[in-house]
Amino acid sequence: MTDQGSFYQRDRGWHPPPFTPHYKTSVLRSPQRALLSLENTISEMTGPVFGHGVLGEYDNDLIRNWAKTGDPVGPRIIVYGRVLDENGHGVSGALLEFWQANAGGRYRHKKELYVAALDPNFGGCGRTITDDQGRYCLRTIKPGPYPWPNRVNDWRPAHIHFSIFGHAFAQRLITQMYFEGDPMIWQCPIVMGIPDRNAIETLVAALDRENSIHMDALAYKFDIVLRGRRSTLFENRTEGN
Amino acid sequence: MVQSLNRLKESPSQTAGPYIHIGATPNHSGIEIYGNGGDLGRTLVGPDAKGERIVIKGHVIDGGGAPLKDALVEIWQADSAGLHNSPQEKRGKADPAFAGWGRQPTDGVTGEYRFETIKPGRVPFVDGRLMAPHVTFWIVARGINVGLHTRMYFSDEAAANTECPVLARVEHRDRVATLIAARGEEGGRAVYIFDIHLQGEQETIFFDI
Ligand SMILES: [Fe+3]
Repeated sequence: MTDQGSFYQRDRGWHPPPFTPHYKTSVLRSPQRALLSLENTISEMTGPVFGHGVLGEYDNDLIRNWAKTGDPVGPRIIVYGRVLDENGHGVSGALLEFWQANAGGRYRHKKELYVAALDPNFGGCGRTITDDQGRYCLRTIKPGPYPWPNRVNDWRPAHIHFSIFGHAFAQRLITQMYFEGDPMIWQCPIVMGIPDRNAIETLVAALDRENSIHMDALAYKFDIVLRGRRSTLFENRTEGN
Repeated sequence: MVQSLNRLKESPSQTAGPYIHIGATPNHSGIEIYGNGGDLGRTLVGPDAKGERIVIKGHVIDGGGAPLKDALVEIWQADSAGLHNSPQEKRGKADPAFAGWGRQPTDGVTGEYRFETIKPGRVPFVDGRLMAPHVTFWIVARGINVGLHTRMYFSDEAAANTECPVLARVEHRDRVATLIAARGEEGGRAVYIFDIHLQGEQETIFFDI
């Protein structure tokens, strides 16, 4: 039995709703009509493949992939984990792209308004592809929290943005990783747009002292779950249709 | 207690934020990285690709009528024969010169996005009937909490659009027009304008797939 079928229905009550008024930008960017329900067709059940050939040697190493004169400033960390589907199977060949602020909380972007300094050795983006078990790892510096224009004095908790490409366009997902023990997670209107505390906790990476590298880097474990496929039991569905 | 289904929950979505272009199109945003490959998804069409070459362009527009300058648009589509360049495609082998997947930022000044692609062939619905030619869209940006799925159909495919089982499902018939891009011309090449309205009178149909 393989999981060949359409994807489990997305649980919209587990994700943040489109309209989250404390996150002000959502007010004019949230669709107001009901989504049109559509069982998966082959247009959504297929997706492109990204071979390991697209990756350069340092693509998953944010400490090295932009370094000009030395290492970037900040606490060195490793983030590792697996990309799984809802059936608990590892998703092989998934493309992960990640981006983040530097240790001071500053992004390398021309529209950035925060006064914290740029780090000449930190670009702030990387990418990798999961192995045959769905495993991935990356190395970076721990991003700082940063202020943002929302309510008068809002700050984002430290976070790393993740974009994930599984095997199908229907699995496409962007999310954010937070850090264990950060009190600012629970003050953030973007995080708190997620209605269920248990859902938020799945985005908080665990500090993993056992996998930390002595005198070098702390480790955080962050698993990501993409939508899972139905098993095609007794289904008389033409393959691929 | 009963037996557990042992299922996991999908990771909750979070907004792509204002700096999605750093992560998804770093070279476009001024971070020259990843060597010669450049930004993924920039080119869909190889020199030998079969089919009619077309341009798809437009804006993503908020409820105040302003174009989003910080959005990311991804498309996924069949080749000119209606086959996807994917291992999940079991009906045949797609044109190797056509990637089928593209990714473009909306411009930081004008808000326009633009894809150079080919016109797709028809693909079957779940019951085997053919859907009209379409391009699948996925839109993320600051202020969008869960990425939005929609489809673009072609104005010059009126007959196919009429019999498309997906378009037939739209209860409010005046909304079908929000999915159909008008064909025009630019330098001898077909151009389809597809504006995506997040809210308002012309709100685009978004899908729960
Ligand atoms: Fe951020």
